[in-house]
Amino acid sequence: MATTTVGQGDERLKQASMLRRLMGRPELGAVGGAILVLIFFAIVARGTGLFSAMGILNFLEVSAQLGIIAVAAAMLMIGGEFDLSVGSMIGFAGIVIAIPAVEWGWPLWLTILLAFAVALAVGWINGTIVVRTGLPSFIVTLGGLFILRGLTIGLTRLITGRTQIPGLRPLVENDWLAGLFAGKVGYGFMQWLGDLGIIATRPDGVPLASGISMSIIWWLVITVVATWVLLRTRLGNWIFACGGDPNAARNVGVPVARVKIGLFMFTAVAATIFALVQTLSVGSADVLRGQLKEFEAIIAAVIGGCLLTGGYGSAVGATFGALIFGTVQMGIFYTGVNTDWFKVFLGVMMLIAVLFNNYVRRKATEGR
Amino acid sequence: MRSIAKLAAVGLLATGVLGSAAMAGEDIRIVVVSHGQASDPFWSVVKNGVDSAQKDMGVNVEYRAPETFDMVKMSQLIDAAVASAPDGLVVSIPDADALGPSISNAVKAGIPVVSMNSGSDVYEKLGVRVHVGQTEFEAGLGGGKRMAAAGVKKAICVNQEVGNVALDLRCEGFAQGLGGDVKVLAVSMDPTEIANAIKAHFAAAPDTEGVLTLGPSAAEPAMQALEDLGLLGSVKLATFDLSPAVLTALEAGKMLFAIDQQQYLQGYLPVVFLTLNAKYGLMPAGVVMTGPGFVTPENAAQVIELSKQGIR
Repeated sequence: MATTTVGQGDERLKQASMLRRLMGRPELGAVGGAILVLIFFAIVARGTGLFSAMGILNFLEVSAQLGIIAVAAAMLMIGGEFDLSVGSMIGFAGIVIAIPAVEWGWPLWLTILLAFAVALAVGWINGTIVVRTGLPSFIVTLGGLFILRGLTIGLTRLITGRTQIPGLRPLVENDWLAGLFAGKVGYGFMQWLGDLGIIATRPDGVPLASGISMSIIWWLVITVVATWVLLRTRLGNWIFACGGDPNAARNVGVPVARVKIGLFMFTAVAATIFALVQTLSVGSADVLRGQLKEFEAIIAAVIGGCLLTGGYGSAVGATFGALIFGTVQMGIFYTGVNTDWFKVFLGVMMLIAVLFNNYVRRKATEGR
Repeated sequence: MRSIAKLAAVGLLATGVLGSAAMAGEDIRIVVVSHGQASDPFWSVVKNGVDSAQKDMGVNVEYRAPETFDMVKMSQLIDAAVASAPDGLVVSIPDADALGPSISNAVKAGIPVVSMNSGSDVYEKLGVRVHVGQTEFEAGLGGGKRMAAAGVKKAICVNQEVGNVALDLRCEGFAQGLGGDVKVLAVSMDPTEIANAIKAHFAAAPDTEGVLTLGPSAAEPAMQALEDLGLLGSVKLATFDLSPAVLTALEAGKMLFAIDQQQYLQGYLPVVFLTLNAKYGLMPAGVVMTGPGFVTPENAAQVIELSKQGIR
């Protein structure tokens, strides 16, 4: 099918068709799975509000928050490591933002910068321990999971005597940096749609879905940047090399240790963005935020085509993995299934999506 | 391929059947979004209340809760409920900051909202029509009056979490209800420390006649301390909340009473209110108190029986 002028018979120089190349991408299965899930709910939950403007923004927001950490988890997995401390880092970053701001009166922009600094430090420590000791990152970051969660509870109780820190909302309004993470954008656009009668409005004329959550913007930005890094830069090649065969990578001069430490730092930063978006949007921090998110992030990355062994995967895949997860989680709500059975359906839906995803990918790679 | 298609079809069918079954029957649809999972013993009772109200009223009720104590997830569940435009919405409000915007949005969208369990202090501000629950101060007040009626003039309130506003309010209410001399004994969660603190207090003030603990985790060591001192029975012991050990002690007459917030009602009543509202536009106002209900040695056996059925 391909026409070549040089090196007849050398498959490395064969020009693959656009379709072929698409079929070989790791994210293809996840895209297929996401389409399947959307079709499923379009049939089962039709007319229930799932596909109203508010319903769509609702499941996109859930997907977006997961997507932010899933993309980071995917990059780390491609680099051959795991980070189980992501969920605890979310809780910890939340109180690092909230305690100085609410208890000590720091300006929010300063506590936001502090939270990022703390995240970089935590990521650096995680990464350095893993790289230096050669222990599985599963175990090292499991320690991080408990330590960070424990610190979150301990420090919050010590300083405030409570487990929730409310009162961030008024601070957000007057802060130049907080606006990047909190709240929504596109009020005018949604209002315009509402005025035209395209989307549902409340009796007072404000659209039910009043704007697009900042988490969705961050999700898209992180996905695009991560994809660009992975596919178009030298760093991206290094990441694939580190996960594929660290020894070979080291031998050809890839700074494996630095790449891995950097990836751990990126994961912690992504967790902090997640925490910022949540904490500043809802106006309170809570020591229990982010529980189980580390697993959800890894699940989304794997649904999106990352191999648990490293060296293979994509950021776009993780984004679609998060979309599948978020859509199923919120979609079930509209089907009216009894909560007692909720998790069974969640599990069955996830399994179907993954089986389909796997099937599509196998077909695609066979076809080469 | 075929096997996967079949699997997908089965999943589709199963959910489809359940979905259409829920659509049939009455037209009234109520959504409950709480912060308690049905697997938690306390919330399992609330959910049982919801389930029987659903049956008794003949309406459709969906109960939703996040898998962990996750207020962000809970606000997203409320948003989803609003998008599905139900005839009534029941919420618990453990964190008004996080849930407030979603709840206000529901109210402004014209959905009647009833809050339950937590949120008695903020429900009005958010535009919620009724709150169904127990207010801490009044519950302590009732406990104090009841202990005063048993002849107690000097008592201690054992607070295992000083700084937790809810628990502080219980002690304040208790002091006012008793009308006598009440000392707050601040302790940690550690059972050994609780028992020893109570023993130390009785060594210093042997004329104390009553002990109120703020939860079963403190009631059990308190009972142990009084038993060691040989005072169990002569000193009146009471507690907030129920546990199997507390119920057994009540049945054996070792305790005076336990204050129960009767959370079954917190599941049952909001569904009833919203059904009546959807049918006839009727709705009570203010806070509907589900407690304090008192479990005493006289009714302990019945409560034990009911707790086996998931009603207490």
